[in-house]
Amino acid sequence: MSLIIENDHGTREGTGKPVTLWIDDVQVTVPEGSSVMHAASKVERPIPKLCATDSLDAWGSCRMCLVEIEGVRGTPSSCTTPVRDGMKVTTQNNRLERLRKGVMELYISDHPLDCLTCPTNGDCELQDTAGTVGLREVRYGMTGENHFEEASKAPIDVSNPYFQYDPSKCIVCSRCVRACEETQGTFALTIEGRGFDSRVSAGVGMDDFFSSDCVSCGACVQACPTATLVEKSVVEHGTPSRSVVTTCAYCGVGCSFKAEMQGNELIRMVPYKDGKANEGHSCVKGRFAFGYATHKDRQTEPMIRESYTDPWQKVSWDEAIAFAANRLKAAQAKYGQGSIGGITSSRCTNEEIYVVQKMIRAAFGTNNVDTCARVCHSPTGYGLKTTLGTSAGTQTFKSVEQSDVILLIGANPTDAHPVFGSRMKKRLRDGAKSIVVDPRRIDLVKSAHIRADHHIQLRPGTNVAVMNAMAHVVVTEGLVNEAFVSERCDMEEFERWRAFAAEERNSPESLADIIGVDPQELREAARLFATGGNGAIYYGLGVTEHSQGSTMVMAMANLCMATGNFGREGVGINPLRGQNNVQGSCDMGSFPHELPGYRHVGDDATRTLFEQDWGVELLAEPGLRIPNMFAAAIDGSYKGMFVQGEDIAQSDPNTSHVEEALKALDILIVQDLFLNETAAFAHVFLPGTSFLEKDGTFTNAERRINRVRPVMKEQSNLSEWEAVCRLSAAMGYEMSYDDPSQIMDEIARLTPSFAGVSHQRLDGGESLQWPVNDANPNGSPIMHVDGFVRGKGLFMVTDYVATSERSNRFYPLLLTTGRILSQYNVGAQTRRTENSRWHQEDIIEIHPHDAEERGIADGDHVSIASRMGATTLRAEISDRVPAGVVYTTFHHPLSGANVITTDNSDWATNCPEYKVTAVQVHRSNRPSDWQEEHKDKSQTHYRITIDAAE
Amino acid sequence: MIAPIPSSGAVSDHSSPLDSATEARARAICADHNNDPANLLEMLHDMQDEFGYIPSALQNVLADILNLGKAEVHGVISFYHDFRSSPAGKVVVKLCRAEACQSMGANGLIERILDRHNMSDFGTSSSGVTIEPVYCLGNCALAPAAMIDEQLLGRVSETSLDASIATHMQGGQS
Repeated sequence: MSLIIENDHGTREGTGKPVTLWIDDVQVTVPEGSSVMHAASKVERPIPKLCATDSLDAWGSCRMCLVEIEGVRGTPSSCTTPVRDGMKVTTQNNRLERLRKGVMELYISDHPLDCLTCPTNGDCELQDTAGTVGLREVRYGMTGENHFEEASKAPIDVSNPYFQYDPSKCIVCSRCVRACEETQGTFALTIEGRGFDSRVSAGVGMDDFFSSDCVSCGACVQACPTATLVEKSVVEHGTPSRSVVTTCAYCGVGCSFKAEMQGNELIRMVPYKDGKANEGHSCVKGRFAFGYATHKDRQTEPMIRESYTDPWQKVSWDEAIAFAANRLKAAQAKYGQGSIGGITSSRCTNEEIYVVQKMIRAAFGTNNVDTCARVCHSPTGYGLKTTLGTSAGTQTFKSVEQSDVILLIGANPTDAHPVFGSRMKKRLRDGAKSIVVDPRRIDLVKSAHIRADHHIQLRPGTNVAVMNAMAHVVVTEGLVNEAFVSERCDMEEFERWRAFAAEERNSPESLADIIGVDPQELREAARLFATGGNGAIYYGLGVTEHSQGSTMVMAMANLCMATGNFGREGVGINPLRGQNNVQGSCDMGSFPHELPGYRHVGDDATRTLFEQDWGVELLAEPGLRIPNMFAAAIDGSYKGMFVQGEDIAQSDPNTSHVEEALKALDILIVQDLFLNETAAFAHVFLPGTSFLEKDGTFTNAERRINRVRPVMKEQSNLSEWEAVCRLSAAMGYEMSYDDPSQIMDEIARLTPSFAGVSHQRLDGGESLQWPVNDANPNGSPIMHVDGFVRGKGLFMVTDYVATSERSNRFYPLLLTTGRILSQYNVGAQTRRTENSRWHQEDIIEIHPHDAEERGIADGDHVSIASRMGATTLRAEISDRVPAGVVYTTFHHPLSGANVITTDNSDWATNCPEYKVTAVQVHRSNRPSDWQEEHKDKSQTHYRITIDAAE
Repeated sequence: MIAPIPSSGAVSDHSSPLDSATEARARAICADHNNDPANLLEMLHDMQDEFGYIPSALQNVLADILNLGKAEVHGVISFYHDFRSSPAGKVVVKLCRAEACQSMGANGLIERILDRHNMSDFGTSSSGVTIEPVYCLGNCALAPAAMIDEQLLGRVSETSLDASIATHMQGGQS
């Protein structure tokens, strides 16, 4: 495939009624609100431009896009002139040509003439435009007054690890500044000075790009029409020559990118405008942090060892598969069929996940399959299925543009889902109201041009109390949308819930002490949500990772049903998925009780369907969940485990407990890119493939099934799904596919919500959101449009039950955890990129009051001890957290955040209660015992025997 | 020769940390203008009147109060040459360089005044005289024009300027 050049229509399409006009005698009809420039571009009469690009509002400063319009005096700029019915536009004649040439001469008289050695030679809009307007001379010469001589004396700003800023090439079109504001919403850039002194500036005084507010999303680089802001990889290697459209493998937003290549080298990832999830925007992870795929730590050969204390031996694929199968069979022979199982990864493709769960069910003959969604969004699955009938978010991302009140709970989109965060910020700048429920003052509470209308700064662990208090206000102040409820919901259960919510114990006043928030604030927030127009809930792991995670999901669904916020644009309940394919891994039957499509293994009809297709008998009893697997391993009844692309030793709570379980296994098979923390206890290592090598699909948080296409060959010489098929065959059950599209065909054949999905359709340019079936042949952007999937919406009574994890005088503070923009989850990928420059270590945020009481200064090392264990981190004194709460991230293995988290979990799904741990913090000058041990382990468990020949 | 105009906001950065009294005053000034970002220019004028310049650390405070990006505040301040980022000298002399004044010999006058204060460019002399160019003072009929510490002067000559500067240096009005 050659390089994909996307059309830039200069300005966005309008949204009004159709308007018909003539561009150079060509008739064109575009929506009202479109510009003349846009209309001209639509009929292939592109008008030269420099300051316009269709991701931004028109600016009208460059004066290149002048046109003549019949009956209009002068030569208006086409980017700022809206279309009118019957307009007659001339885009080219002698006068316009002369004007444009004249303007171009002025531009070029202030631009260095070094095109041949310029990084963007051949990929430069200034160069292209000079060509288009026929620039042949610069009458002003190149020695007159200009900015570039002065600017080129200053060093190029190379402070950002991924792109550089060379002011000498700047034409001051402000596209970068506008992209930072309009697209990203960070407001990190400005034009400082005036006239020839005008420079793009990343802020006050001596700030460079790295030290400024810049979040390195790449929007400015994307917008720059010259080489002023350009990727360092392009500076180093040159412009790319071919593109492959694929999907980012970081968070659940699922941004589409063009992987731009030279040969087999990935030069840059460029956000794809046609990608429905991101519409041409990106974040620092997806845009730049792909270097891990070729990092030296990457393991590309299969390895085995007798015991996890031995060094690794590199072996052939056949040998590794045979070794793994023999060990698994031996475990089953000795301890029973149910003594083995596995975990699927939300980082892998639907196709890869599907074959793993199929192998476990069909070849292992057990339902002991679970997924990392257990520890993040399993309560979402349970709660939404119970109340609405389907385990998924109800909206598209774009839906937020129609929201009037956004209720954000336990999520930090600007850090964890940045591209959606930017979309949300745009809507908030455009006037939507917001209520943020979070113990910490996240950027969506207050940052440039953002100020939440209500910040419910609750005590960690009291989510359900907040929802009950809001429900109480809705019910007792007559704010229920009675028409919606009576038409769409189960009335008997609604009345039961209404009576429950109305009880005095659920009033904001009764719950205020528990929540720690002024009851009036709660009342006003509830009134705003119920009466402010389209209300939408967005939430993250701050909802699910609690002992009442599932209760909370149902409580939010209750609130949305009671206020009539389902079934149209701008409303709904939206889990922000942490991983690229959490939705998909759940859809693909990764849970021990569910076959693909969320159908219970105990359901005879479903089981028969799969048994007939797979030609094997399946168990009707659910298998073990991840925590049960660990417990059974420690008991001695669970002996073998296949772990697909997931680092459970780092990500699961109570690390010591997990490590004990892993050590007790006879056979642990890890399929991964790196020798991760879990691999330290493994016997077989099967090298995995990065997303750049995968062929398949990811399903994002809006149920959108996105194609993932290989841009380079597997470094391990075997795709992950093939390795799994081989292991399955070695276990005695043949699985055979020519390519991943056949796996998707099988998924579609057996899963009603995927019935109409195929790689062929996706490759044909369709974007599909499940369910894709006979009723919704083109997919379902918005769910529950005419009624809830389960029939009648089910209100559930949601009693608030305090977690057993409470602070006391020994552990007086509550620790909660979250993420930071530059790092991703356990950091296996991002720690192996330059992203670590922004976040080299996990730190603990502590309120000035708590710090002073303990004599802690900013930057001190502090010990954080819980009932489970202790770890040492550096402290940052910050009023982002309230007194009594401390906060940390969990991106670095040595931080040991999960050494301190507890065994508590959601009552319904066992999702761990990561978000509340009672701790004590005090100054410390040494690593914790666990950290010392862990360092030792790193020395021994990762050894690889080097062949003498090498 | 006449030196180019320096971009006042960008060049010298007087970035000492902000004392709490200054910050409190700055917040009070913003409050006087309803903390409305639309009134940013008025706030900046008030701050320069009060502090003599706009400490760069104040830009963060302004951004915080007005819910703007730091860069936005910086962009506004650096656009206007009249806002200074470091304290001026004891006397501020603004010399008009617009067309009418140039035609009446302003350029030569400026060179001689700079020379007299041992300066090769606009800025602040060791004796504490700040000399700045202006376009224009709107006093064309009385060109060449100057302004000393906000006092407008017309038909200035070397002698009359020297005398005015000397008076202002001693703290008096001419």
